[in-house]
Amino acid sequence: MQNVQAEAALAIRGLRKSFDRPAVEGLDLSVRPGEFYMLLGPNGAGKTTTLRMVSGLLRPDEGSISIFGTDALADPVAAKQIVGWLSDEPMIYDKLTPVEYLEFIAGLWRVEAGPAEARSRDLLDWLGLTKHAHERCEGFSRGMRQKVALAGALVHEPRLIILDEPLTGLDAGSARLVKNVLTERVRAGATVIMTTHILEIAERMADRIGVISGGKLIAEGSLKELRELVGRGESNLEDMFLTIVEQSAAAA
Amino acid sequence: MSAPGSLTWFAQHESRLAWRDLMSMMTAGKREREKKVAGGVLIFVAVMHVIAYFAVGGVGAGIVPDVPTLIAVSTGIALSASAMLSQAMESVTRTFYTRSDLELILSSPVEAERLFAVRIGAIAVSVGAMSLLFIGPFVDVLAWRSGAQWLLAYGLIFAASLCATALAVVLTAALFQTIGPRRTRTIAQIAAAIIGGLFVIGLQMAALFSTGTMSRFAFLRSDYVAAHAPPLNSVLWWPARAALGDFSALASVLSVSFALFLLATIVYAPRFAGFALAASSVSHRGRQTMRTGWRFRVGAPAAALRTKERLLLVRDPWLMSQSLMQILYLLPPAVLLWQGYANGGNGAMVLAPVLVMAAGQLAGGLAWLTISGEDAPDLVMTAPVSPGLLLRAKIEAVMQSIAIVFLPFVGALLFLSPTLALVVVAGVSAAAASATAIQLWFRAQAKRSLFRRRHTSSRIATFSEALSSITWAATAAIAAAGSWLAIIVGAMALGILGAVWLVSPARAAR
Repeated sequence: MQNVQAEAALAIRGLRKSFDRPAVEGLDLSVRPGEFYMLLGPNGAGKTTTLRMVSGLLRPDEGSISIFGTDALADPVAAKQIVGWLSDEPMIYDKLTPVEYLEFIAGLWRVEAGPAEARSRDLLDWLGLTKHAHERCEGFSRGMRQKVALAGALVHEPRLIILDEPLTGLDAGSARLVKNVLTERVRAGATVIMTTHILEIAERMADRIGVISGGKLIAEGSLKELRELVGRGESNLEDMFLTIVEQSAAAA
Repeated sequence: MSAPGSLTWFAQHESRLAWRDLMSMMTAGKREREKKVAGGVLIFVAVMHVIAYFAVGGVGAGIVPDVPTLIAVSTGIALSASAMLSQAMESVTRTFYTRSDLELILSSPVEAERLFAVRIGAIAVSVGAMSLLFIGPFVDVLAWRSGAQWLLAYGLIFAASLCATALAVVLTAALFQTIGPRRTRTIAQIAAAIIGGLFVIGLQMAALFSTGTMSRFAFLRSDYVAAHAPPLNSVLWWPARAALGDFSALASVLSVSFALFLLATIVYAPRFAGFALAASSVSHRGRQTMRTGWRFRVGAPAAALRTKERLLLVRDPWLMSQSLMQILYLLPPAVLLWQGYANGGNGAMVLAPVLVMAAGQLAGGLAWLTISGEDAPDLVMTAPVSPGLLLRAKIEAVMQSIAIVFLPFVGALLFLSPTLALVVVAGVSAAAASATAIQLWFRAQAKRSLFRRRHTSSRIATFSEALSSITWAATAAIAAAGSWLAIIVGAMALGILGAVWLVSPARAAR
């Protein structure tokens, strides 16, 4: 058990969190290093709560979270050092420029000026923001803001990148840029955990998919493994997802 | 039931929205607080009446409207009117730039000018209502102690709100037409803030130069003012005469005010739709910064946070204007200090409480911005930095700003009286630290743009912040006078801070 946790990019055991009602109920989840892992589930399934606990934004009621062997609850600062977080609502400062925003993040993550500058140039270039690098973010469209926030989540080269609905509200071009950057990060060895309601993206990009419902992991595997699980060889992810969720609801 | 799109229909719609907005602001969206808020308003009104009694309860019957009396009453009216104009300008600016429901109404097949006419009327009502809350108790006490003729002052408040709104509409529209929609918002908000305080500050400065004290009353009673005042039969005294119970003066003032208001509404309501469209179609391109180079200057997390806070404050003109307003009030003490050099330091001890009070208020606002007004809380919370360090950096950012503002005063005081400088340093530090601590204990995450409404998140925090600043200012005043009683008042200030901690959410969460 200890060994598995040390090897996994993310190992969650018995995670629980309740607000007015239980949001996450005894969740076990393991993500391998270098994997593109998609977390799917209906609204209110507990996806965001889970990811916020992993990112240190919420304290779980019970359970353990290990990030590359670091106990995220016992040593949150060490765990945060290797994690990048991006939510569906881009949280940036309107009065800062993208360059200043990335400089600020480099300061928070203690990245040295040279590498931070080089990575920022690359990221803004990849995301098509170079010509806006010195403009304040207050006039940016939602897509541009999300791309700035993504650059912020990546500028410190996190080993584990956590994204909660990062493509919400993006146009096709921006969405493709974001997907390309994430694919590139995975190729470079980073681990990505992402939630999305766009099942086509999950189908195309994910190495493995986890389906969460009622705060529990109800199915997990590659696309092929999920097809075998639901016994529908030729079905697409949308059909499989709906079948899995319906079966889980019926069983409950 | 009014016909949809008619003036009365819009009036009903707007009054419903305004009422809900007011209740939401007062109760912070919690319905269970409604009774408490009603109780709070009643207590406030009662306390205002008590204050009014001590302030004007001694005014006897049979006031003669001579020049000194007319000067005093006119000054009070001008003070209220400048505050009304400030509030009205801010409201008019918001009317242009609020996009949420304007887009719906402007895209619908109704006469939008009716909506704007209603909104201009609503501004006059809200400006008048706010003034009633503060001036009404004084009018009541004067009517009780000095005669029912004072009740005519209520009519004057109504007239002043109409005039202030009309003037605000004209000024803001003129700004819009001359400097364009992109800059009007900022300039109008800054102008509104400055207008709100300019009259008080101007009066104080005039007092300083003419009588050598910060007392506005001494200035108003001076021979210089009496000699330069208009003759008794001047129309400039009409508002004051109206307030003193002259019915014909009130009728004239009301007629003129209503005519001005009507004229402004008729001329500008049809243009508001155009202004709103122009405001919404302002290019969304972000402002280019002076910096164009890429060379990163990456400091430690604390330094990065301090830099961020500084940039955000400096680049937000509205927040700057709000904070600078508090600094603007330091102008009179600065002049007093300058005069102190001339007369060997006499009177400079008045500076201590003024500076300490200002430090407490400024620190409270800045602390809210840095501690509660974080626009990217997720980003900061996911950073690999301990919560303690984050907090320390934010507090340092507040204290740095306070030091930048107040150190020049302390430096100047050192030459005048090192003891007084020491008292000011201790007082400013204590007041700023207390205000910051209170903001810390009552912190509630919010967007920086909600700075205007920061008081709604906790009335206790707002009240205790003011009380703490006042007590520290009193401590500094007594210490500057060389009395050991300062220790007792200082202990009271600490006691207040302790009591605030006991009722704070931060303690409850421990």
